[in-house]
Amino acid sequence: MKNLSKYIVVWTACALVWLLDSPAAFGDTLRVCTTCEYHSVKEAVSKAKAGDVVLVDGGVYLESGIEITQPISLIGRNNPVIDGQNSGQIITIKSSNVKLEGFTVQNVAVSYMRDDAAIRVADRENIQILNNTVLNTYFGIYLQNADNSVVKGNVVKGENTGKIESSLGNAIHVWRTDGAEISNNRVEGHRDGIYFEYVTNSRVHQNTSERNNRYGLHFMFSDGNVYTHNVFSKNGAGVAVMYTRNIRMEHNTFEDNWGAASYGLLLKDISQSVILNNTFRRNTTGIYMESSSRLDITSNDFDRNGWAIRLLSSCIQDTFRLNNFTGNSFDVSTNGSPTMNLFENNYWDKYSGYDLDKDKTGDVPYRPVSLYSMLVERVPPSIMFMRSFMVDLMDSIERVLPSFIPESLVDERPSMKKINHDSDRKLVQNLR
Amino acid sequence: MNKIIKYVLYDIVRNKIVVAYTLFLLLLSIGLFNLGGSPDKGLLSLLNLVLLTVPLISIVFGTTHFYNSYEFMELLVSQPIRRSRIFLSEYLGVSLSLSAAFLLGVGVPVLLFAPGATGLYLVLTGLFVTFIFVALAFLASVITRDKAKGIGIALLLWFYFALIYDGIVLFILYSFGDYPLEYATLALTALNPVDLGRVLVLLNLDVSAMMGYTGALYKSIFGSGWGVGLAFVVLLLWVLVPLLASRKVFQTRDL
Repeated sequence: MKNLSKYIVVWTACALVWLLDSPAAFGDTLRVCTTCEYHSVKEAVSKAKAGDVVLVDGGVYLESGIEITQPISLIGRNNPVIDGQNSGQIITIKSSNVKLEGFTVQNVAVSYMRDDAAIRVADRENIQILNNTVLNTYFGIYLQNADNSVVKGNVVKGENTGKIESSLGNAIHVWRTDGAEISNNRVEGHRDGIYFEYVTNSRVHQNTSERNNRYGLHFMFSDGNVYTHNVFSKNGAGVAVMYTRNIRMEHNTFEDNWGAASYGLLLKDISQSVILNNTFRRNTTGIYMESSSRLDITSNDFDRNGWAIRLLSSCIQDTFRLNNFTGNSFDVSTNGSPTMNLFENNYWDKYSGYDLDKDKTGDVPYRPVSLYSMLVERVPPSIMFMRSFMVDLMDSIERVLPSFIPESLVDERPSMKKINHDSDRKLVQNLR
Repeated sequence: MNKIIKYVLYDIVRNKIVVAYTLFLLLLSIGLFNLGGSPDKGLLSLLNLVLLTVPLISIVFGTTHFYNSYEFMELLVSQPIRRSRIFLSEYLGVSLSLSAAFLLGVGVPVLLFAPGATGLYLVLTGLFVTFIFVALAFLASVITRDKAKGIGIALLLWFYFALIYDGIVLFILYSFGDYPLEYATLALTALNPVDLGRVLVLLNLDVSAMMGYTGALYKSIFGSGWGVGLAFVVLLLWVLVPLLASRKVFQTRDL
C-alpha cells in the first residue's frame, strides 16, 4: 500500500512537470520533406508553435522570405539546401531563442536598399546559428541588435571575382549587439569577412577569414571585444580595428595580405588594448598604427613583412616588448617622431650589437627606424632604390652616427636571441 | 673576323683569370643558394653580388686586356683588315669569354636551384651588365693611351654606376620630394644599367609586394611583358652606345 502511494506521487509529479514544461521543451516535431506532411520550409515554420522543432530533410527547397516568429528550432538533416533564387532575403529571424542548424542557404541578389542577407536576425536575443553553409549571397549572416547570439561553425562563401567593393556585402555582419560569440566560422569572398559595428563584450575566435575584398575583420566603435586564434589571410586590406577601446587580440595569424594598400592589422584611434602572441607573416605592412595610444604589443612574431610596423607620429604610450622581427624589409617606419613609445627586449634580426656581460640582452641600443625608411616615407618613389648598395651604406653610417632618425625610437635592451614564445602556436597550426 | 675572335679567346683562356672568375662566381652562387634557405632569398643575395662584382671585374678586365693586347692590335692594323673589324673582334672576344664565365658560374646554379622567369631575368641582366661594362672599359681605354689613366677612368666609371649615381638620385629625390616623382624616378633608373637590372629582377621577385603603393605602380610597369621588353631594349642601348662611340674613336685616332 505504501509502495503504491509512492508510485502515484511520483507519476503525478512527472505528469505535472511534463504538462508544465511541454510548450517549451517538448514541443511537436514538424517534418519537412517530399513525402512528409509539409513540403515547404516556409509552411512548416509558419505553422510551428513556440518550442516546436522543424526538422527539414535533405533536398533542394526553392524558397525565400521564410520568417521565424516563434522560439523554435529549425534543423536541417542530411544537408537540405534552401535556394533563394535571387528573390530577396531567405531566412529572417524575428523571435528570441531560435536555433538554426545544418542548412545550406544560397543565392541572394545584391540589394542596395534592403541589404538582403541569407540569414538575418532583427532585434531579438539568444539566437543560435550553427553549422550552416551560406553560398553566393549579398550579406551572409546579419545580426542586427541581437544580444547574446552565437554564430558557430558556419561557412560563408561569396563570389567576389571581378566585383568591386561597393557591390559586395559582408559575410558575417554584426551591428549593435552585446555578448555575441562568433566562432569556428570560415568566411571568404565577401567585402568584409566579419564586420562589427557598435558591438560590445563579444568573442571572436577560431575563425578563418580569407580572400575578402576589403577587410578580413572590421571593427568599428566596438569596445571590450576579444578575438583569439583566428586566421586572416589574403584579404584585400587585412584587418581593421578602428575607434575602439579595450580589445584583446591574441594568437591570431595575419598573413599574405599583399598589395598596394594592404595591412596585416590596421589600427586607427584605438586605445588600451592588448595585442599578444600574434603572427604577422608576409604582409605588405604588418601593423599600421595611427592615433593609437596605450597599446600593449607583446610577444608577437613579425616575419617577412614589407614594413613590420608603421608607427605614425600620432601614436603615444604604446609598448612593444618581446616581439620577434625577422626578415622584414623595414622593421619600424614613421613619418615624424612619435613620443613616449617604449621598445624593450625585442629580437631584431638586423641587430649587430654584442653582449659582453652575457645577460642575453645586447649592450648597445638598436634603432629600428632606418634612414632609408624615413626617406621612403617622405619620398615614396625612392623605394626603387631598395637593396641598392648606396642605401645599405647610408643606413650603416646612419646607424653608427644617428642624426636624422628619431631619437625616441630605440630599443635600449634588444634581445640577442630569437624569443621562443607561445606554446599555443601549435593549436593555430593545427587549425589551418 | 672569326679567326681574330678565336685568337683573342685563346689568349684570354690562357691567362687563367677567366677560369678563376668562373670558379669565384660558381662558389659564390652555390654558397648563397645553400645558405639562403629559400631560392628566392638566394636569388636576392646573388643579385646584390652580381650587380657589384660583375661590373667591376668586367670593366677592370676589359681595360687591362685592351692595353695588354695593344701590340697585337698594332700588328693586325698593319694587315689589310678594317679597324672596326679588329675592334669588334677584340670586344666580342672579351665579352664572350666573360659572359661564358658568368653563364657557367651563375647561370648553371640558378638553373639548378631557382629555375623560372626571375632566375632568367637575373642571368640575362648579368649578361647584359657584362657586355655593357666591357663596352665602357673599351671606351675608357680608347680615350687615353696611358694605361694607368685608362684603368683609373674605368674604376671611376664603375664607382659612378655602382655607388655615386644612386647617391645623386636619392639626393635629387629628397630635394624635390614635394613633386610627383614616380615617372621621373623611372627615367632616372633607366639612366643606370645597374639600377635597371636590379629593379627588373627585384620587381619580378616575391618581395615586390612589400614595396607598397609606389612599388605596385612600378610592378605594373615592369611586371608586364612589354615593360620587361622595354627594359631589355634600354639595356641593349646601353651596350650599343658606348661600343659604337668607342669604335668611332678607335677608327679615327692615331694609334
